Amino acid sequence: MTINEVQDNIIEEFSVFDDWMDKYDLLIDLGKDLPAIDPGFKTKDFLIEGCQSRVWLHPEFNGNRISFTADSDAIITRGIVALLIKVLSDRTPDEIISADLYFIDKIGLRQNLSPTRSNGLLSMVRQMKLYAMAYQAKNKA
Amino acid sequence: MRVYNKPLVYFDNGATTQKPQSVLDAVNEVYTTYYSNIHRGVHILSDRATEAYENAREKVRLFINAEKKEEIIFTSGATGSINAVAFSFGERFISRGDEIIISHLEHHANIVPWQMICERKGAILRVIPVDDNGEIIFEEYLKLLSPWTRLVAVAQVSNALGIILPVSEIIEAAHSRNVPVLIDGAQGIQHAAADVRAMDCDFYVFSGHKIYGPSGIGVLYGKTKWLSEMPPYQGGGDMVEKVTFEKTTYNELPFRFEAGTMNFPAAIGLGAALDYVLSIGREYIGKGEKELLAYATERLSAIKGLRIYGNSANKISTISFLLDGIHMYDTGMILDKLGIAVRTGTHCAQPVMDRFGIEGTVRASMCFYNTIEEIDELGTGIERTITMFA
Repeated sequence: MTINEVQDNIIEEFSVFDDWMDKYDLLIDLGKDLPAIDPGFKTKDFLIEGCQSRVWLHPEFNGNRISFTADSDAIITRGIVALLIKVLSDRTPDEIISADLYFIDKIGLRQNLSPTRSNGLLSMVRQMKLYAMAYQAKNKA
Repeated sequence: MRVYNKPLVYFDNGATTQKPQSVLDAVNEVYTTYYSNIHRGVHILSDRATEAYENAREKVRLFINAEKKEEIIFTSGATGSINAVAFSFGERFISRGDEIIISHLEHHANIVPWQMICERKGAILRVIPVDDNGEIIFEEYLKLLSPWTRLVAVAQVSNALGIILPVSEIIEAAHSRNVPVLIDGAQGIQHAAADVRAMDCDFYVFSGHKIYGPSGIGVLYGKTKWLSEMPPYQGGGDMVEKVTFEKTTYNELPFRFEAGTMNFPAAIGLGAALDYVLSIGREYIGKGEKELLAYATERLSAIKGLRIYGNSANKISTISFLLDGIHMYDTGMILDKLGIAVRTGTHCAQPVMDRFGIEGTVRASMCFYNTIEEIDELGTGIERTITMFA
């Protein structure tokens, strides 16, 4: 599936809910189900500091694709992290760099990714793209 | 007002309060009927604006029972006021090796300005510790007072925990050693008594927006004996007596601490806010808030897995808490979706969070316009949150 196909699937999955609480119930479930990050990567090097919740993000590059594992101390944040990983993990650097993440807005979670929300999520997206740029540059070199 | 199709429960009054119509009307009236710069004009509008601004100053004086109008200086807020004292008092009275005492409960606004002056002057910051309930340890405070202490600066009420500090006792002990005291009334003025002469504090600061007034206006009260000795902290228009390139002499109090065009519409709005508080009655407000606090404490304490931080008989209507195993941010997000506005995080008071070994809390800060039903909403909301994360 392409990045946009995954995004469209997520949008469909969320579209059945009218009530905010149901959306958050799903996010909480996604957060609980997020595969654990190797505890060795839960260090300062991989920490994305938010004022309220923190995110750890670790990239793994196999020469072609980047896969991400991540964690957060807040479950709802972890749920959104899980969605971002679904969309952006196991992709080539080019795909990640050019990805337009419209699903966040469509499922009504845009406020969670605004610069005024200090949960570390916006920085996480930026960090994912930065890793992709770094690996792309490395590949070209 | 409704949010997410639910009636809003606003429990973030510690951050800022909603505005009564009379305050909005007063500010609107300035802009629509007599807007003109203060203290400068020969014309009628300027006269009216100046008069309204000076009336607002008089209202502040009466509200905090200051002796003289000259002791009331308008600033941008409590933070602006503390920075003004830190700079100006610091310039005049603090030198290398001197000490400033604050408490472990302080808001960053009553920590960082003192750290800055300490760094500039080579002075030392001393911190009064707090016990496990969040109350300052008075004996430790007495031990910190030394021949080198130049100033004590403490909050009237802890913003993070809602605990009222024993300011009269703190001031008395400092005065017995001739040390002046600054009281940060940002969380105190709207809930507790704020009589500067009864307290006998040397400086008292507060923000307008936390007492139903507009944003961008605050007050610095200082006793004349200190203010008259302190150099201006900002230069500009209106604060001068005579300017030449060789030497400038400064205007009298309070104007020499009010450089440039002040936010006079907001000051006038603050005057209206104080009128509003007086018209409702401070006793009535105090009584209502006491009931809200008692009910909320009882309601929330009954929730299994909820822990309240800051347990004291002397509190304003604020409850800081955490839920077992649930991140504060998660709690705040769910409560928000239920239409309940609380604050989460460190509340700009990281040291006190460190004291309890936590990253932050969820803070429900109530004021007199909140209701028992809203507290029930909060209780139900918290119970629902716990179920969701179970």
